[in-house]
Formats: sequence, C-alpha cells, structure tokens
Amino acid sequence: MTTVDDAPREADHEPSDEVAAAVCARFPGSIAAESHGQVVVHVDRAALADVARFLRDEERFTTCVDITAVDHLRTAARVLPDGVTAERYEVVANFLAHARNRRVRIIAQVPAADPVVPTLTGVYPGTGFPERETYDLLGITFEGHPDPTRILMPDDWIGHPLRKDTGAARVPVTFKGSPDPR
Amino acid sequence: MTTAEHDLDRLEAQTDEGAQELRTRSRSREVVLAGGGMWPEDELGDTMIINMGPQHPSTHGVLRLMMELDGEDVVRIKPVVGYLHTGMEKTAEELTYVQGTTNVSRMDYASNFANELVFSMAVERLLDVEVPPRAQWIRMMMCELSRMASHLLFQATNGMDIGAVSMMLYGWREREEVLRLFEFITGLRMNCNYIRPGGVAADLPDGWQERVLEVCDTVEAGIAEYDALLTENPIWRERTIGIGRITTEECLERSISGPILRSTGFAWDLRKAQPYLAYDQVDFDVVYTENGDVFDRYRIRLHEIRESMRIVRQCVERMPAGDYRVQDKKVTPPPRARIDESMEALIHHFKLFTEGFKVPAGETYVAVESPRGELGCYMVSDGSGKPVRMHIRGPSFYNLQAIEPMGGASLVADAVAIVSSIDPIMGEVDR
Repeated sequence: MTTVDDAPREADHEPSDEVAAAVCARFPGSIAAESHGQVVVHVDRAALADVARFLRDEERFTTCVDITAVDHLRTAARVLPDGVTAERYEVVANFLAHARNRRVRIIAQVPAADPVVPTLTGVYPGTGFPERETYDLLGITFEGHPDPTRILMPDDWIGHPLRKDTGAARVPVTFKGSPDPR
Repeated sequence: MTTAEHDLDRLEAQTDEGAQELRTRSRSREVVLAGGGMWPEDELGDTMIINMGPQHPSTHGVLRLMMELDGEDVVRIKPVVGYLHTGMEKTAEELTYVQGTTNVSRMDYASNFANELVFSMAVERLLDVEVPPRAQWIRMMMCELSRMASHLLFQATNGMDIGAVSMMLYGWREREEVLRLFEFITGLRMNCNYIRPGGVAADLPDGWQERVLEVCDTVEAGIAEYDALLTENPIWRERTIGIGRITTEECLERSISGPILRSTGFAWDLRKAQPYLAYDQVDFDVVYTENGDVFDRYRIRLHEIRESMRIVRQCVERMPAGDYRVQDKKVTPPPRARIDESMEALIHHFKLFTEGFKVPAGETYVAVESPRGELGCYMVSDGSGKPVRMHIRGPSFYNLQAIEPMGGASLVADAVAIVSSIDPIMGEVDR
C-alpha cells in the first residue's frame, strides 16, 4: 500500500511560493526552499544584482532589509536544499515588499577562492552600509560598490574578524610604552 | 646602548600620546584605503571639510560626521562610524544560546528588551518552541515600557540638541521612573537580560500592577508637560519644521524604518503589519505624519509614548495567568527547589549552564519593531550549542544613511537637529 508520503509528488520540484516560482522561472538554476516558514531562494552569485532588480521592478519588493554573509568554514551540519553546491561563504539578503506585506530571502554561495559578488547599491542604495560591513568583517567584496572601504574596523586593520579562521581577541591590548604587538 | 638610542627611548616613554603613536604602523596592502573616512577629492576648492565628532555632545555617543561646508551651508554630510565596534557578533559565536541575550542586550542599550526579544524569538523559531501566553504578554509589556524609556531619552537629548536644555532634565526624570520599574521587575536598570529563549527570566514580582500604573501616570503627566513646553513653542517650531526633510521613496530605497519612515506618511509598523507576541490582541494605533521633517519625528515619538502606554495598561488589565517560561526541560532550567531533591534536575541545570542547549541546524531571520525601526536577527545554527552566525540588523545602522538625503543643503545648526531626530544609538550601529 502506498501512503501519501511515499507517493511521488511533482509539486516537490515546483516551488509553491509565487515569488520563488517567479525568480526560478526568470533565473534558471535558482533553487527555492523553505526555512522555518520563510521563503528562501538560492541563486547564482553572479545574478545577485539582477535578482534584486527583478524583485524590485517586477515583484514590488520595495526594500532590501538586510544584506550580510556567513562563513561556513567550520559548520558541522549545513542545511541546504538539493542541487545547491555548498561553498565556504553565503551572502544572504532579505527583501521586504511593503505593499504585499511579505518577505523573501535570497542566498548566494560564494567560494573562498574568489569572494566577490555584484553590489546591490545600484538597485537599493540602502545596502551601502551593510555591504561595507560585510566586506569589513567577512571579506566579501561587492563589485561596483561606490565606497568599498572598511566601516567598523580601523582602516589599517589586517584581515576580516568574522571569518572563522580568525580567532577572537588575538590582538593584545596595547598599553602605553609596551612594544608594538604587530 | 648609545646615548642617541637611549634618548629616543626616553622620549618615546615620556610622550603623552603613548609610545606606540611615535612608531610607524605597518599597513596591509590588502586593505583598500581610498575613501575610508575621506572625500575622494575637493573639486571646487572653495568649500571646507569639517569633522563633527567623534566626541561631540550632540552625536549621541561616538559618531563622526564629515561635513563639507560652504560658509555655514552644509553641502554634503558623510557619517563615519565604527568607533564603538567591539565585535559583538563575533562574541555571540562564542557564547551559548543561554548567554546570548546578555550580549545582545548591550547593543541597543536604550531599549535592550527589543534586542533580547529578537534574539530569543530567533532561537525559539529554530527550536520550534511555542512560548506560553503569560510570557508573551510580559515580553510585550516590557518591550513597550522600554519603548517609552527610549522615546523619553529621545525627548531629553533632542530637546537639548536643539536648545531646549531643560528638556534634558525633564526627559531624564521620567525615564528614570521607568528604569526604576525595570530594576523592580528584573533587578537591573539597564541591560536587564530579562527576556530569554523560552520565556522570561522570572515572573513579575508582587505588586507589579500598581508600580506599572504609577509609572504610566508619571510619564503621562511628564509628556503632557513636554507637549505644552515644545509643540506650540514658536522657537521650537522654527528650529524643526521643514528641517531635514525626507520622502517615503528615499526611506524605502535606503532601508530606513521606524519613526523616520512613519514621519513621511507611510504607516508601516511591524507590530501591526506582521504581528508578533500578542500585538494582534491589543488595541493601539500606528502614529504617522506627512511632512517627514524633524518636527514630525519629534511628534511621532511623543505620541508613540502614549500608544505604548495604552498597550502597557491593557497588559496590566489582561495579563494572562500561567507559566512565564516554556516547560521544556531541555531549554528551561529546573526550579531551584527541584535541584535539591532530584538528580536529573541537577544534571539538567548543570548541562544547561555549562554546555547550553543544542539548537537544530537551520537558519532564520526574525524582525521586530524596536523604538528605532525594524530590528532583525539572522541566526544560523549547525546543531551545536553555539550559533554559527548571529547577525543583528540594527535599525540605527541603516537609519544613519538618512543623514545624506536629509542633511544636504542645510545649516550646520540644523545638522545637529537632523542627527538628533534620527535618534541613533551607536552601540547598535557599531555592535
């Protein structure tokens, strides 16, 4: 006897969410997923800015609420939908459509060898600060950013502190008269 | 050691600035230095670039504003942040989920409950835990009291920045009453660490209803005074009306939220739009105005205190009975009395406070309406006792980007009013 759960379901391959379906239709290779009731679409990193433009212009996502990144160097168990090739970094952008009162999250895998993604500042100027923060703390370069500088750390800081291969508090506190730690 | 070397050493040791400042500091080539707190170039050459801050009384902490001035007119403003950066997101990766609220509580120190709430909600969503109704209502009441305290602080500093110096005393006076109430309920005036994953730290103490209502009455009388002192005051209106205008479109594309967005005529409040806790069960209005200037932002925050008070009074009236935290032994420490008689309780208690509880692998983004706007928490777990990534989307960080559209073509004195009306909390900006 076949139970409901064993039956092959075509719907599994088709995203049930309309925005996810629209993104997947426009950008082949995108994979829709669901995370604790939230809609997530995994896209190719090169298409990130185009996806944002599509969301703004055609899906009425008025605001990019947040853009950040995750370093998965030491993550023991990663939850990724089938078909997504895991890379060390993930760039995560949350979008909000005020008129439709709904959100969508776009995730792009970024390899450690070439941590570069296109900037969203051309689409949403509000990502200027958070992209600088992501560059500063995780070393993801946003290509085309108008002001690609550090924002939180000092300008002469070496490295990117939120990377998992950077230890916390490695730099000792410098007291007056003590030798330079660097 | 030669005499010259000795002299150099002595000189270095005696310098007030500290010896390390005399040495050349090695700079890394991988860091791009173009820009970083500097204008690319001064094309015309007849403008002047002035730094306001980082240590300036009206910058609410350590915010540096680079202003390009043409006489007394501001041509451009660029906010430079990072002076308060202490790596709290890195710290969060080394703290268990039980310890995490202590950390986030210190980000937006003027309304710490919102931070604790968003962190706890993110953990609860990953755990798939439903918080009991009493805990939800306690959380809601504390968040609204915290919104009152935060907006009272705004009234105080905003008044002082614009020149109504007595507001500093009045705002502080009422805020102190709210902080005393926090101390009565949570044990701490600020950074209370009261909202925890699974519920709240302790039940409300005896007699809390009277104390809460008393504070509400005090604050209500206080803001009636502010209203009488400022709203119709011609000097106040002259300094604030039409200053630092921003439009809805500028707000939305720059991810600006909270009172700044609502001052432009866009009634967006996550408590109404995407209700969390029990905000769909209480009666309150979203305050919004049309002009998007400094005066409107002042008015909105004044009225939001009243709306928060409405919610707090409903909480006092309708506080449900029951548990103040979820009774899930894997998340919640056992009651103190059980530890003396039960081995399991002792083990649970020990494990919970040493290793912490394990959160299933996954990722989620949770957003709440803090006094400053959308406060979000993006959390990634890999099934261990500590988060892989805990990112706080602090509204002040984004709202600071409003300075550029607001501050162009204003006067230096208005720039102070504009920064003040954004109400940035630098602890949340720099984290």
